[in-house]
Amino acid sequence: MSVQITVNINGEDVTREEEPRKLLVHFIRETPGLTGTHWGCDTSNCGACVVLMDGEPVKSCTVLAAMAEGHAIRTVEGLERDGRLDPVQQGFHELHALQCGFCTPGMLMTARALLDENPDPTEAEIRTAISGAICRCTGYKNIVAAIRWAAEHPAAVEQEA
Amino acid sequence: MQTPAPFEYERATSLAGAIAALHDGDGDARVIAGGHSLLPMMKLRLATPERLIDLGDLEDELSYIREEPGEIRIGALTRHVDLLRSQVLAEQFPVFRDAEEVIADPVVRNRGTIGGSLCQADPGEDLSAVCAALKASVVLRGPAGERVVGMDGFHLGPYVTVVGFDEILTEIRIAKRPHGGSAYEKVERRAGDFAIGAAAAALNISGGTIVDAGVALSALAPTTVEIKRAEELLRGSRPSEELFAQAGEIAAADCAPTADGRGPVDYKRHLAGVLTKRALRRAAARALQKEA
Repeated sequence: MSVQITVNINGEDVTREEEPRKLLVHFIRETPGLTGTHWGCDTSNCGACVVLMDGEPVKSCTVLAAMAEGHAIRTVEGLERDGRLDPVQQGFHELHALQCGFCTPGMLMTARALLDENPDPTEAEIRTAISGAICRCTGYKNIVAAIRWAAEHPAAVEQEA
Repeated sequence: MQTPAPFEYERATSLAGAIAALHDGDGDARVIAGGHSLLPMMKLRLATPERLIDLGDLEDELSYIREEPGEIRIGALTRHVDLLRSQVLAEQFPVFRDAEEVIADPVVRNRGTIGGSLCQADPGEDLSAVCAALKASVVLRGPAGERVVGMDGFHLGPYVTVVGFDEILTEIRIAKRPHGGSAYEKVERRAGDFAIGAAAAALNISGGTIVDAGVALSALAPTTVEIKRAEELLRGSRPSEELFAQAGEIAAADCAPTADGRGPVDYKRHLAGVLTKRALRRAAARALQKEA
């Protein structure tokens, strides 16, 4: 049995007929242009599917799309503004914080939420914040450095534009 | 792909409405809050409710940490992140902060709730042991009204509690005690995992004597288990390393772990002893600091 589900993603309402069991990660990914959110372990362990729900990072494989109705969802596609990268994106670029890139969208959203709440985190605070996100390539060192870079360059994109 | 089996979904607009929907569901309906216990169970077909009643819109009503004259009251929809950051809990029952720092990961803690954690009743779930050691009680509301159940009578078995099919756990109540101290010790394989073993301890120390004690273990028996013999030993005794070691020996003997991917039985019994001793040591230090 399908029901009408409306989820606000990156400021736009997306409405579709879906079964109530549709997970938010799939609802997002089946929306044209929004495959940046990755679908990983399916068990809320890996963090690849992290999106922001009312500004807080959540694992979208463990949220029903129907539960997200009435909440504001922000995905990795919603990070750039007017064609300018978010400082966390720029930081990952500057410091080579990815290899295969699978964990990157979740890492970026988790990092964005951390910096929104704590603009000047210590290395330990960064490591705690991303402890629910698994990277199997880089060993986290560059990811932590990239988030620090973003903290130190909050207006980086504007400066370089 | 892991997807739950089909179900119908509705959003509760009131607590009474949610209870009525559970009642009408006649055992085939479940409430969902953060979903971080129930959805994984549904993906694995270990839970197959035909109807889900989403409590998300009741957050204003059921998410709170209230300090009353004699007790702390925690609303069932209070999320892990709010338990972790609560100043009231940090002062009254630091065992919550100890546990919350090591429950899953920060992103999961944004969604999971205390009511959901307790009702899931996973033997390795942390807050059940915390609440058991603190001798908490829970408020269950059903069509006929409310009843209050102590944590010592809450679990019936693994994943099974006394909560009826048309009841909702709405609140956790913990009596405030002067000169109290509490602590949680957990060993896990990696960040965010369930415990290999964990121990919660709560002590009230007055005039150099332990007047009340709570010890409960997680992941070391088919359900959260209170170590009654250790509590009896502690009550009326003066806190000492020797006493805590003795309590640990009792915990190691009285727990009932099973061998699994997280370790063999003898290792888990060893953990029960060591973690009980450490949790008691920290709980006592905190109680004495408060007393001083």
